[in-house]
Amino acid sequence: MLTALYASLFYAATAVLVGGVAWRVLEYARAPAPLPIPTTPAPMTRAGAAGRVAREVVLFESLYRSNKWIWLFGWMFHVALALVLVRHLRYFVEPVWGWVAFAQPFGMYAGFALVAGLTGLWARRFLVERIRYISTRSDHLMLALLLGIGLSGLAMKFVAHTDVIGLKEFMLGLIAFDWQPLPADPVLLVHLTLVLALMVVFPVSKLLHAPGVFFSPSRNQPDDSRERRHLAAWARD
Amino acid sequence: MAGAAVKAPPLRDYPVIPILAPGAMAASRPYAASDKMNEALGFPGKLREDWKSRALDKMGELLEKYRSLRVYLDACVHCGACTDKCHYFLGTGDPKNMPVARQDLLRKVYRRYFTLPGKLFPKLVGAEDLTEEVLEDWFKYFNQCSECRRCSVFCPYGIDTAEITMAAREIMNAVGLGQKYTNEIIGKVHKIGNNLGLPPRALADTLETLEEEIKDETGLDVRLPLDQKGAEVLLVTPSADFFAEPHVFSLIGYAKVFHAAGISWTLSSHASEAANFGVFIGSYEQMKKVALRVREAALELGAKRLVVGECGHAWRVAYSFWNTLIGPFDFLDARYPAPQHICELTHDLVKRGAIRFEREKNDHRVVTFHDSCNVARGAGMGGVPGGQFTIPRDLIRASCNHFHDMAPETIYDSTYCCGGGGGLLSDEIMDLRVKGALPRMEALKHVVDAHGVNFMAMICAICKAQFTKVMPYYEFDMSMVGGVHQLVGDAIRLGERH
Repeated sequence: MLTALYASLFYAATAVLVGGVAWRVLEYARAPAPLPIPTTPAPMTRAGAAGRVAREVVLFESLYRSNKWIWLFGWMFHVALALVLVRHLRYFVEPVWGWVAFAQPFGMYAGFALVAGLTGLWARRFLVERIRYISTRSDHLMLALLLGIGLSGLAMKFVAHTDVIGLKEFMLGLIAFDWQPLPADPVLLVHLTLVLALMVVFPVSKLLHAPGVFFSPSRNQPDDSRERRHLAAWARD
Repeated sequence: MAGAAVKAPPLRDYPVIPILAPGAMAASRPYAASDKMNEALGFPGKLREDWKSRALDKMGELLEKYRSLRVYLDACVHCGACTDKCHYFLGTGDPKNMPVARQDLLRKVYRRYFTLPGKLFPKLVGAEDLTEEVLEDWFKYFNQCSECRRCSVFCPYGIDTAEITMAAREIMNAVGLGQKYTNEIIGKVHKIGNNLGLPPRALADTLETLEEEIKDETGLDVRLPLDQKGAEVLLVTPSADFFAEPHVFSLIGYAKVFHAAGISWTLSSHASEAANFGVFIGSYEQMKKVALRVREAALELGAKRLVVGECGHAWRVAYSFWNTLIGPFDFLDARYPAPQHICELTHDLVKRGAIRFEREKNDHRVVTFHDSCNVARGAGMGGVPGGQFTIPRDLIRASCNHFHDMAPETIYDSTYCCGGGGGLLSDEIMDLRVKGALPRMEALKHVVDAHGVNFMAMICAICKAQFTKVMPYYEFDMSMVGGVHQLVGDAIRLGERH
């Protein structure tokens, strides 16, 4: 019963996540950029502009210039999240890839950095008047959701171990469409439920900043306006 | 606001981020355009019964037409990085002048009508119905954004509030709520050919008078030709250069540069205006229509080079948009960039030794340089990133002995707007203009105190007009304001050819 419920939910959430993000990305890709609007000074070539976007994605370059505290907490959270996600790959592949095995200890402790980063970001929403002013309920909920995922995950590693072998069998069963029983550990169920929620809200929430950053014309356009015309289809006579 | 005494905020030694003052600028509202002004641009004259559905239709249309708008409305995470970056927020403390809050005025309506969570749980995600109150907020606060793009520099996703403001102004124009200053001026360009409504005859007279003045000063026949067919260069410059001070001193400077270098040039009565306020209202059609005069004039006169005078937003439109809007420029001399900034042209001549200076002529001046927002963050110069910062400074150093930059966090692409850009150079919002100049004034005060700076050079007609007007509020003399080519013109050696 429990297995059937979570298995169906995972299929549904995956469909929403993949389909939803694909749909939004398609929307972004299809919308024309009728005028060159890179924030200058900008790289003069496409390769240079790609490098600029890469620096934004990996280093949060503009945010670093803007506000060291937000950068510190935000970057810490995102890098930790990446490590944690890499670590979680071990539940989805058998045998576990070498680099995933290598990342295990880093991913484990990254969980603390993840929680610390989120706590810092959330604290700003209460402590800094300007950010308190712009925060909506969904901003708080999103942080609560992520923090819940982080804390329940840490609890299973450092407080009350869950049946990771059973979990892995469940996950591999999902992928193979050969359902295996899901361990009925309450902490695990909380963790998984929150993850499901995150997957579902992704394509309709501010989490769209993840695909969005690649489509931002002020960052991804080269400064080539005098050399190249940017005529959009709708702007042709 | 007119009539109420406008007071400048005090200049502080160390700028601090203001405490929020909700509603502080709720009284700042520009005049709405008259029916006639709106209709002249093809917009409805005034709000009609169905304004709300028209506004939402327009928003939907813009979301299809502009990737920037779509991505920027979705991507914001409310991180707060931009909250202390807007000069209008720093000068007023009104939270709706924080870039993210300004964007949210539009975003909340986008969420309500164009996103699923906004349709289902508006309160949760900060979505709101489009009401007359919201429209009124739009009119006030999207006319408190100078589209300077400073926020976009600091946003981790490059979200450019200027794009949001332009979309909001497009929507307001589409429902008949235009802003007077901007729409009236665009109408004048269509009707008469320039922002100031200066007819060709008056322009010719003005140029003649200037030639006489230069003759009196130098004893030389420095020409300011108008509609001269076959001239190599067509110079398109803001019409303020023709008679406003200090703008006109830069015009004289351009003329001296052409004279000294022996380049034949002309102005055009058909395209007697570089400014293009179409960009301020985000209208592709208006921007294109205004820009087309330049192409027509260049073809008509047989010019081989297109050069743009000292005007910030005009340079953004020319550098970034002309090729797309009115190109290709295959009829121009391919050896030169098209269009070319007057600073690029002069810089080239300096590098080649084709013009020389007597720097001592500017020895009474201690100069600093104000980077104008549209040049700094919306355009380029010289074919290298950052050329827009180094080239004007090189020209100042070539023509002056005393130069000091303002604090690094207030120049280059971190530069602060003058407070009057983006179509806000209108007297009924003087309170906003004065307060918006605060960050620049504080940075200026530092170099005045530390180095005795007595001249702030710039390459933007709006900056010049704005500063001459607001600097007296901060007890600076308005004669401190001037153009880079004013300095060039005062120090250039004439009457000798190299």
